[in-house]
Amino acid sequence: MIVAGCDIGSLTAKAVIIENGKILSTAVMRAKTRPSESANEVMQMALDKAKLTMNDIGYVVGTGYGREQIPFVDQVESEISCHAKGAWQIMPSVRMIIDIGGQDAKATRLDDNGNVARYIYNDKCAAGTGRFLEVMAEALEVPLEELGDLAAQSTEKLNISSQCVIFAETEVVSLVNEGSKTADILNALHHSLAKRVASLTRSIDVKTDVVMTGGVAKNSGVFNALSEALGLPLKALDGVDPQIMGALGAALYAEEKVKSEGRESKK
Amino acid sequence: MSIVAGCDVGSLTSKAVIMKAGRIIGSHIIKSKPRPQDSANAALDGALLSAGISKEDIQYCIGTGYGREKIEFVDEVVSEIKCHGKGARWMLPSAETVIDIGGQDCKTMKLDKDGNVGRFAANDKCASGTGRFLEVMAKVLGVSIDELGKLSAKAKEPITLASTCTVWAQADVIKYINSGVPIEDIGAGINTAMAVRVAILVNSVKPEGDIFMTGGVAKNIGVVETLEKLIGKRIKRARKADPQIAGALGAALIAEERGKREKTS
Repeated sequence: MIVAGCDIGSLTAKAVIIENGKILSTAVMRAKTRPSESANEVMQMALDKAKLTMNDIGYVVGTGYGREQIPFVDQVESEISCHAKGAWQIMPSVRMIIDIGGQDAKATRLDDNGNVARYIYNDKCAAGTGRFLEVMAEALEVPLEELGDLAAQSTEKLNISSQCVIFAETEVVSLVNEGSKTADILNALHHSLAKRVASLTRSIDVKTDVVMTGGVAKNSGVFNALSEALGLPLKALDGVDPQIMGALGAALYAEEKVKSEGRESKK
Repeated sequence: MSIVAGCDVGSLTSKAVIMKAGRIIGSHIIKSKPRPQDSANAALDGALLSAGISKEDIQYCIGTGYGREKIEFVDEVVSEIKCHGKGARWMLPSAETVIDIGGQDCKTMKLDKDGNVGRFAANDKCASGTGRFLEVMAKVLGVSIDELGKLSAKAKEPITLASTCTVWAQADVIKYINSGVPIEDIGAGINTAMAVRVAILVNSVKPEGDIFMTGGVAKNIGVVETLEKLIGKRIKRARKADPQIAGALGAALIAEERGKREKTS
């Protein structure tokens, strides 16, 4: 049976369609004002890619910030559970998942069976979340997607002491005024963000392997800075876009549900 | 009798105070400029003008505040904590606990009998609970910081901000503005959020005795009154001088002490 997962975040919406554990199609788009609108549109994108219609989908699980507003879901699951399920499927050696979302950051530790053992999140303060990067990208007039590549060109190590978005932005403005290079400023910003996320992660005891999920995982600058801040190399989730991990996990939940119900009905 | 000066270069405003024989003869507050040295010069020039004297008349000058290392004309620099403690004691001799909200930080300290700083707590890591929080919110609301303070008294149904983080609160405030909530109710919610954050810091030093507030935010009645409710104690109002000049005043008072010591030695 074909099933789907839909993850409506604060910044982006994601959908994944799978059949017997195999990904048929994925879609990512920038979220609209209304979560229901984002959900319909991103799901249609994934359906079009797989040349399917909604009628072909047997079961849909929703997750993310806007999960309660998705019109077509059969069930909702927490983001923590979905990211864990997705990452575990891709890499069974994973024990720690760091997910930096648009408005929060979460760290989850898994036990040896892939179950969530502990998790912690920050949604009270914008430091260490995707918003930090969003604000800085705007201040430096650089597209969000290019931050990682640009930071890789850094030649001089600068220090941004603030983790607070407001204070770090002030530091950025004075560095710009002093004539510092954008690449160097970005590199320093990635380290500031990483410091905040690393302290969140360490508060629930780090176990290897550590992976990063969510859109920010595609920013190589943050990925490397976080490895440095934690003092251990983060593992890349091979072959799968880390941004769709929540939606993939949701789809895997859908598959599980369908299989368990199938067994029940045979009884 | 010798004339002394104190200059407090903060992140948002810069202040200068000129004293003669323990009396304030001139003071001036300006919005800080990009270069701390320019701010210092402009603040001092204003204070000299109000005192009707020239720079050469000043025997000793102490600098303090965020930009103190960049002030060109000072003889010595002293920490803000020490200066605010001194200034607060002069304005209110019975002050035992001092709350100073600056443009980029918030400090609270206890003073012993001699006015020395004892237990002390500060936040300069997070913009929430600092002058910056109010600055950002006033800008979003399109009012001055002074006007923001007066909104609390006019509020009928104050809003509650979900987060004290400046970034999230800003998004919240924009949402309230767009949904047509009266500006007084939003302003009151902002002043309360500010007070909540400051109260946590104040309570951490176990405030005792007379409580006094220095810095520009002391003039925000909305924040002060909510803070009083939250800490369950009255905050004494300044009568002798503007609480915003407490740091510069403390610097001038220390300058005066130095002058006396030099004379006796």
